[in-house]
Amino acid sequence: MDIAFYAAWPSDPGVLAGPVFRNRVGWRRDLLRRFIERHTFWAIVILISAGIFLWMIFAVWPDWMISTLGRKKTFVNTFLNGLTLAGLYFLVASGFTLVFGLMRNVNLAHGSMYLLGAYIGYEAAEVSGNWFVGLGAAFIAIAITGILLQVLVFRRMEGDDLRQTLVTIGVSIVAADLMLATWSGTTYQFAPPEWLFGAAELPIISTIRSSGQEVFLKYPIYRLAVLAVAIAVGIALWLFLNRTRVGMMIRAGVNDRDMLAASGVNVQVVFALVFAIGAGLAGFAGVIGGTALSIAPGEDIRYLLASLVVVIVGGMGSVPGAAIGALLIGLAEQFGLAYFPTYGVVLTFVIMVVVLAVRPQGIMGSS
Amino acid sequence: MADLSLIAGKNRLPTIHPAAALVAVFLLFYPAFASNFFVFQIGAYSLVLGTIALSLMMLAGYGGMVSLSQLTVAGLAGYLMAILGDNSVGVMGLGWPWWLTALTAIFAASVFSALIGAISVRTEGIYTIMITLAIAVAFFYFVRQNYVIFNGFTGYAGVEPPVLFGVYWRNPTPFYYLSLAVAAFFFFAVLYGARSTFGLSLQAIRDNPRRMRAIGYDVTLHRIFAYWLAGLIAGTAGVLMVWFNGRISPGSVGVDVVIDILVIAVVGGMRHPIGPFIGALAFVLLENFAIDLIDRERFNTVIGLAFLLVVLFSPDGLLGLWMRMKDALMLKRRTPSDSGGGQ
Repeated sequence: MDIAFYAAWPSDPGVLAGPVFRNRVGWRRDLLRRFIERHTFWAIVILISAGIFLWMIFAVWPDWMISTLGRKKTFVNTFLNGLTLAGLYFLVASGFTLVFGLMRNVNLAHGSMYLLGAYIGYEAAEVSGNWFVGLGAAFIAIAITGILLQVLVFRRMEGDDLRQTLVTIGVSIVAADLMLATWSGTTYQFAPPEWLFGAAELPIISTIRSSGQEVFLKYPIYRLAVLAVAIAVGIALWLFLNRTRVGMMIRAGVNDRDMLAASGVNVQVVFALVFAIGAGLAGFAGVIGGTALSIAPGEDIRYLLASLVVVIVGGMGSVPGAAIGALLIGLAEQFGLAYFPTYGVVLTFVIMVVVLAVRPQGIMGSS
Repeated sequence: MADLSLIAGKNRLPTIHPAAALVAVFLLFYPAFASNFFVFQIGAYSLVLGTIALSLMMLAGYGGMVSLSQLTVAGLAGYLMAILGDNSVGVMGLGWPWWLTALTAIFAASVFSALIGAISVRTEGIYTIMITLAIAVAFFYFVRQNYVIFNGFTGYAGVEPPVLFGVYWRNPTPFYYLSLAVAAFFFFAVLYGARSTFGLSLQAIRDNPRRMRAIGYDVTLHRIFAYWLAGLIAGTAGVLMVWFNGRISPGSVGVDVVIDILVIAVVGGMRHPIGPFIGALAFVLLENFAIDLIDRERFNTVIGLAFLLVVLFSPDGLLGLWMRMKDALMLKRRTPSDSGGGQ
């Protein structure tokens, strides 16, 4: 993509200016500068709205705002809920988009992997008495499931996208039913470690009492941890994809699979690895999400929908796109739920339609 | 292409294959010897499901667009029947006359389908599945959340077909003939449509959209129009579906049902309009009689495995399986195979 970008504006002095491009960070910074130069108006709009948003979070709301928008606590809580949900969605969708980007394989059993991961993690945590064992077990078990799927099923029908997708649908039907048979329709609840329980006081003032005492906002620690984990996973994925040799192979495979194979890389191993990571992340997210909410049949569909919409909006095959999409959808869902409950889903849907109308390949997708 | 040879091969007024004539006679006289259960629960239900799957087959087989939201379109028509017409729940139920309700429901469903088409046709291939699945799931969550219009989790009950010409159309035999008439109408319409200029250009677009665009065809418009037509089929079937069940709720448009329609179309075969009906019959028979073999609760495992087997071993469904068997038999008899490649 960099080369294509390079070739598109050969006479642009900014591009030929050399030293900026020694490293990727410089490239990114230059991209930002170019965006500001080319779309000054939109840059200003984005900057102003970001400023207003920050002010709304940290300032003490005047009365007229409380009367129009409701209590500040609701707003900030909704915002934080949206952020943490976005983190969860990112965990689920990043694996989905990674697999899609490399193999052009829409794994519609991704939701089932999330749920299976949650159940396996639950069992492992019950047996060992340690929540982290459950987390690890879920990641490893689902990663192995992913490798098995890739080796036993998808490798046999390479290049036949539609059939691969149909197979994943079949797998998800059977998986959902077998999980229902094994774990029944009961709702399960994880027991995370003690120190993850409880609420943290944030340096955000929610209201000032009439006595002049400042009331700070409280927020569950676990949810903040979800957000932290999502950011950590995002950074780790970025480092893995951009700074390691295997990551380089994966990126090369996303751009041109055949060329990668022709240059002597065993693509099948790379495929299996990516599938393992993608599926493992789904299982991992199963435990994280199952702890934040709960585990029950039907969650597989919910997270499948979330992954679908997130990658459609963010751009298929792009991990940064998944982050942006997750942020948009997570926030939209929570704000929809808080401010117009019966039409919350519509908001998510409208975002999807608008993005598809303006940029069919998604925000970060390459056409 | 097998489908072209089947449809366009005998171009003049069709010489009816004896087997087809036999099936037609059987279908016409079916209620005369079958019990009410077989007429209603098996016969009529297969025809209704087959008609919904037909709309998917038409889009996927001729247009190359696998839309998973066809059941959602049918579901919207069903909901509109309850909302605009009468229901026994006491929410909405505007009490329009049945014919106006049905026409509005079908038309609204077709427009909804065209809108889905407009959203999804800008992307191609595998993306269509994702977008239409997302739309279907979103619709499911929306009707479950929305109590004002769609009556949320409960949905609607008591949606009845009218009493017309002194016949109560929900009785097994009249309803069977109603579904048979609708199914046959759309079956022949699709069969005929596939040979029309529009049908042929749609198939050409399926095979090579870039070339068609270069020739000067409006690819997007053709696809959206195909969605609109499919919406007419699905909407009409949706009206029948709600009359058949008498009720509609978010469960009727849930993801499992959406997938069922895909299963039906794929298991039957997407090469010929008869495929969805074969698939629907197989599905309904399995649904009703698998209980004898296994636990009722595990029906989804059976249907999922059947689906997987078909996808893994016979990508063009039962229809394709049969065609290949026929080809193999014909080769054995050393007769020139004229049903395999019709180009």
